[in-house]
Amino acid sequence: MAEDLDSFRQRLRGWLKENMPPADPRPAPYHQLSDPEELAQVAHHRELQRMLYDAGFAGIIFPKEYGGAGLTAAHQEVLNEEIVGYQYPTRIQVPTFSPCAAVIYEFGTEEQKRTHLPKILRGEEIWMQFLSEPGGGSDVAGAQTTAVRDGDEWVLNGSKIWTTGAWWADWGLCLARTNWDVPKHRGLSVFMLRIHQPGIDVHRIEMLNGSKEFCQEFLTDLRIPDTDRIGEVDGGWTVGTRWMYHEKSLGISHYFIRPAGSMRGVNPWAPTPLVVARQAGRLADPAGRQLVGEAHALKLAGQEGSLRISRGIAARRLGDQAAGMSRILTGLINTRLATINLELAGAAAVAWDEDDQTLGEMGVEFLMRQVRQISGGTIEMSRNAVSERLLGMPREARRDNDVAFREVPRSAPSR
Amino acid sequence: MKLDLTPEQAFFAGTTREFLADKAPTSLLRELRDDPAGFGREFWRQGADLGWTSLLVAEADGGGSVSGQGLCDLALVAFEFGRHAAPGPLTAANVVTAAVARSGTAEQKAELLPGLMSGARIGSWAYAEPRPFQRLGAVGLRARRAGGQYLLTGDKAPVEAAGQADLFLVTALLAAEGNEDGGTGGDRATSGGDGTGRGDRSGGTSGGDGTGRGDRSGGLLQFLVPADTPGVTVRPMRTLDITRRYGHVTFADAAVPDSAVLGEPGGAAAGDVERQLQIALVIQLAEMAGTMDRGLELTTEWLFNRYSFGRPLASYQALKHRFADMRAWLEAASAMADAAAQHVQEESGRAGEYVSAGKSFLGSCALEVLQECVQFHGGIGVTFEHDLHLYLRRATVDSQLYGTVADHRERLTAILEAADG
Repeated sequence: MAEDLDSFRQRLRGWLKENMPPADPRPAPYHQLSDPEELAQVAHHRELQRMLYDAGFAGIIFPKEYGGAGLTAAHQEVLNEEIVGYQYPTRIQVPTFSPCAAVIYEFGTEEQKRTHLPKILRGEEIWMQFLSEPGGGSDVAGAQTTAVRDGDEWVLNGSKIWTTGAWWADWGLCLARTNWDVPKHRGLSVFMLRIHQPGIDVHRIEMLNGSKEFCQEFLTDLRIPDTDRIGEVDGGWTVGTRWMYHEKSLGISHYFIRPAGSMRGVNPWAPTPLVVARQAGRLADPAGRQLVGEAHALKLAGQEGSLRISRGIAARRLGDQAAGMSRILTGLINTRLATINLELAGAAAVAWDEDDQTLGEMGVEFLMRQVRQISGGTIEMSRNAVSERLLGMPREARRDNDVAFREVPRSAPSR
Repeated sequence: MKLDLTPEQAFFAGTTREFLADKAPTSLLRELRDDPAGFGREFWRQGADLGWTSLLVAEADGGGSVSGQGLCDLALVAFEFGRHAAPGPLTAANVVTAAVARSGTAEQKAELLPGLMSGARIGSWAYAEPRPFQRLGAVGLRARRAGGQYLLTGDKAPVEAAGQADLFLVTALLAAEGNEDGGTGGDRATSGGDGTGRGDRSGGTSGGDGTGRGDRSGGLLQFLVPADTPGVTVRPMRTLDITRRYGHVTFADAAVPDSAVLGEPGGAAAGDVERQLQIALVIQLAEMAGTMDRGLELTTEWLFNRYSFGRPLASYQALKHRFADMRAWLEAASAMADAAAQHVQEESGRAGEYVSAGKSFLGSCALEVLQECVQFHGGIGVTFEHDLHLYLRRATVDSQLYGTVADHRERLTAILEAADG
């Protein structure tokens, strides 16, 4: 019998007050940290995660035998409410807990689960997704990174991209092609790999806002044991389907901490439109005030809409594919919010005095706007999932079914 | 529509749904287009029997809810009203009934509630005013003390079902003693501006014209005025909705006794007005969510059944993607309508914020989604014979009354500023 929510809340509230440092009211955006600062932050977050673990508040919905708290989604929602105002290990939420730990929990062998899940929950293993490839973005099942069996080992060759923080993370969950002579979805397998070992070169990618958190990895004759394979050989898409589900469900997931009142895809350090409007001197202007109100209404609509969708899925009133609607909402709303902040900041978003840095960031954020509709699977993929799988509309014609993957037309490598 | 209804709520909503499908089919709505009332008294009395008019009244006063949360129950009715573009003064009746139940004296409740709840009498809130008082919360109508009674002067428009109402709940500004001005020449006060619903402020920050001119009034005051009071005249207005009617009510030194005053003047009245506004908005939001729900249902059917170039429209990615967005917006709209109902039901500290956020969001989202439904239908979508315009009309009417999207966005900013200190 799980601890009742009220007593859990009281226990958690007391512990947080005693132990957790308060959140920095205005933390520096990730992309403004120097490399040493970034490494120090990651180390600090490992410590925070260890504190949560020692107190029994790590991995709320993971079973106790794997180091979790063995509680319910409702307990995670309580934690999400109580954690507001405190630091928490933001670097170890996505993709470590979901999709990675969630996939290991669902598909790993008993030994794999007992090996990795406790270490993840103690902050000792930070995981990343080796999923996208330079040859194709949304079409993840079209992976061309190849794993060839050699006795008890696999030899991997290829390249993965858009891996966040791979230069300081520990492990990667990797989707690779193990058979080129069967149709696309039937020749994939999933592997776990240590990121820092011979055979993996990690290159950092500079984004237009100066961020270098994304990486590309080159796998060259990388050898990993068969015991680090998750799921069946050539059965990787069974794993992949759930993996994609977890990725699309990040806005409604209970596998990790998402402080109440925050919305996935919104930078937690970003000033609110009210703050931007005040600094830009737009609060005396009805047009400025209307933009602030529009933004707040949209933010609440995104939160309430996602909550409704997640509860509908949990209660089985909505199919799993309904998660795509949450992704559509947050994608559309977050891009509009970025535009509103640009409009509020006005000229200072494009040419700013040093003390107007906040407003200047709105210009940079606007340049990065479409990330909200690209990362975690493009919004177009969710639109397909919602229309075809939730609403049953006819599927798009495709050229990659029922033909050996070797024969499928592919784009040339772009990098 | 809420996802987690109790069995009683589901039964209750189902009863209203079946009743409306039977008594207010779209063929009948078309016939009512030229009817001066837009609804039949018998229809309304039958609806009252189903509970439409008594959910916001305590059992002790003869009312009662289905779930213990009367406003959430009423939102279920309003959602069905949207889905059927149903006739009948749902907002007007419930706002007045709730106001009497909340702030009326024992005599007022005994005299008015039975008739209002049975549907025999119809009440309507005379709140909005014509230019220059058209912005949310602006009140120009004056109540002046003279000869031991009050004289009301001013204009109210649009007033729902004004031609059919037996009773008006009039939101007025009390002219200060000795102030013989009494006209509408420039004084203004605002109500419902702070959105907190605490009723501790009589002048809000938004909804007025922002000129900051001095308010020489004694504050807000509300009256229950029989429609046949001398000096009260009703002029029918032309309206966009096919069955919902609005009127322009003029008060020319209309005399009412002290016993017509509802509640206390000043801050208490401002709190009452804010509560009334929140209830009206909750009904509006649920109704708009209902129009979207029905519009998407019609459009889904159309996309699957309509063929062009040998393919159903539902097979075109250009349409599938837009429809997926519309479907997602419907979830957000329903969620906001439900959340607003819950906050107002509980009189939470965020009730004002949620109704204004709901109106800011649905007021534009519902219209855009319904216009996309029209676009998907092509020419047939803009004909009188197709049903779509019935829902588009209702949503459009809802979007502009009890504060426009712009009004509520500004109100929301004022609420955020207040919360920010």
